[in-house]
Amino acid sequence: MSDVKKVATRASYGAALVELGKEYDNLLVLDADLAAATQTAVFKKEFPDRHIDCGIAEANMMGVAAGLSTMGFVPFCSSFAMFAAGRAYEQVRNSIGYPHLNVKIGATHAGISVGEDGATHQCNEDIALMRAIPGMTIINPADDVEARAAVRAAYMMQGPVYLRFGRLAVPVINDRPDYHFEVGKGEILRDGSDCTIIATGLEVAESITACDILAANGISAQLVNIHTIKPIDRKIIVEAAKKTGRIFTAEEHSVIGGLGSAVAEVLCEEFPVKMSRIGVEDTFGESGPALELLHKYCLDGEGIAKRIMSELGR
Amino acid sequence: MDKLELQKKALQVRKGIIEGVHSAKCGHPGGSLSAADLFTYLYFEEMNIDPKHPDDPERDRFVLSKGHTAPGLYSALANRGYFPVEELKTLRHVGSNLQGHPCLGHTPGVDMSSGSLGQGISAAVGMALGAKRKGSSLRVYTLLGDGEIEEGQVWEAAMFAGFRKLSNLVVIVDNNGLQIDGPIDEVNSPYPIDKKFEAFNFNVINVADGNDFDQLRDAFAKAREEKERPTAIIMKTLKGKGVSYMEGSVGWHGKAPNDAEYEIAMNELNEEEKRLCQM
Repeated sequence: MSDVKKVATRASYGAALVELGKEYDNLLVLDADLAAATQTAVFKKEFPDRHIDCGIAEANMMGVAAGLSTMGFVPFCSSFAMFAAGRAYEQVRNSIGYPHLNVKIGATHAGISVGEDGATHQCNEDIALMRAIPGMTIINPADDVEARAAVRAAYMMQGPVYLRFGRLAVPVINDRPDYHFEVGKGEILRDGSDCTIIATGLEVAESITACDILAANGISAQLVNIHTIKPIDRKIIVEAAKKTGRIFTAEEHSVIGGLGSAVAEVLCEEFPVKMSRIGVEDTFGESGPALELLHKYCLDGEGIAKRIMSELGR
Repeated sequence: MDKLELQKKALQVRKGIIEGVHSAKCGHPGGSLSAADLFTYLYFEEMNIDPKHPDDPERDRFVLSKGHTAPGLYSALANRGYFPVEELKTLRHVGSNLQGHPCLGHTPGVDMSSGSLGQGISAAVGMALGAKRKGSSLRVYTLLGDGEIEEGQVWEAAMFAGFRKLSNLVVIVDNNGLQIDGPIDEVNSPYPIDKKFEAFNFNVINVADGNDFDQLRDAFAKAREEKERPTAIIMKTLKGKGVSYMEGSVGWHGKAPNDAEYEIAMNELNEEEKRLCQM
């Protein structure tokens, strides 16, 4: 897909905030000294008075957002996933999640595709952490189109939302007139009969590549895009299991606690079939160019296809 | 309300604390009692609030950052008329509106969930910032423990509030000198507290006796005069104040009186009430 337009979803986040900011006065953007990286700088430029830089103090930023939300504002807290979900986990849980406040968390630089900064900044655990917080909605968009729609949907709904964005420019795959985004609804992107790949985030585009490789090798793989990890679309998962009988999940996150776990929970409870979780194994990442890391950790289209062929004995 | 009336109210608040903690068979009486006069002053004198309209957007806000002293806040709210005083006995019981730590949406009059130390002040800062942005004249109050300020988040919040000149914010530190593991200056001393808040660009007011309503009145009046900076009121108090065997005792930080101890405490508070009524 080298000729395809690529956009980092963090850039989509900034652009969507500007669009929404024009429509809604009560939207505020908070940052923790990373506006240039989280791409909220474009919002700051457009609405300098509505961009609040909290400095390098993520715990306080979450609390300030909680307080602002009780006053009728809709704050979007922006930072890297490592600091938003990791460092400030307990603030998100107790000051935002427990009182179920209308705070949105825009977490950029998620996963190992952060690249050269290495393991300290590659958050592969954020979905696991956020998933355990009661009432937290988690959206992990696949591309620019979906990311923009997700930011809007997050604003429109009441309650806390964790939005997961990446640093790496990824192919735009949803740019079509009939694209429709609905929180909690998955979507079948490719039809197939031998197995189903349930993917999220940048792994959706990689899974499209994987489907092509599999097709060339005589395997008909269905592809489901799950952008909302919580609440998860149980129906589409169960139907995929019933139809194809074999499930693979693909995510740029630890295989522990993320999409793979969420899908396993649904399948075990409702329609057990054999499944495999493709993601970052129980290990820390490392430095390197993002695409090389995705390849090394078998998270590119080729790696996904190889894993599936191997597991299917083909 | 004059000093004598406030003292009488504070006794009711103290009795409510003992009722609640005794009924729960657990909870935090020591720090609730040290701050009982502060709770009373805020809800009966200082704050612009109306128990009949607990959701009025223009009301003053209070965040109990030292959330474990919820029995004191609940008793002040009940005595102020937010809910029946009788309900205090449901503290910490299953299904009660009175959770072990304050919970937004559960209890009329509670403005923020709190209890994980260091977090409440940030929410209060956010409220003060929100009020300023809206051009509202409402004021935001938050109460911290002197042990609580060992949490780093407190200073993140203080830096932000000082830098943003949140003059509608009043941070009160209940300096009763004791935390769970012992005297604060033996565990991890936060002293000098006033100098720290000064360094974070606060208007600092020291109160020699935070259990004295004259001194509280002076301090909050001074806080209202400040138009540039947030205010920190550092008030020396006596942990367990009002119940003889709890006063100055670390052991009563987080322990409920048994039936016999409950009787002694209530007798002491009733005697004090009789004395005040004869004045």
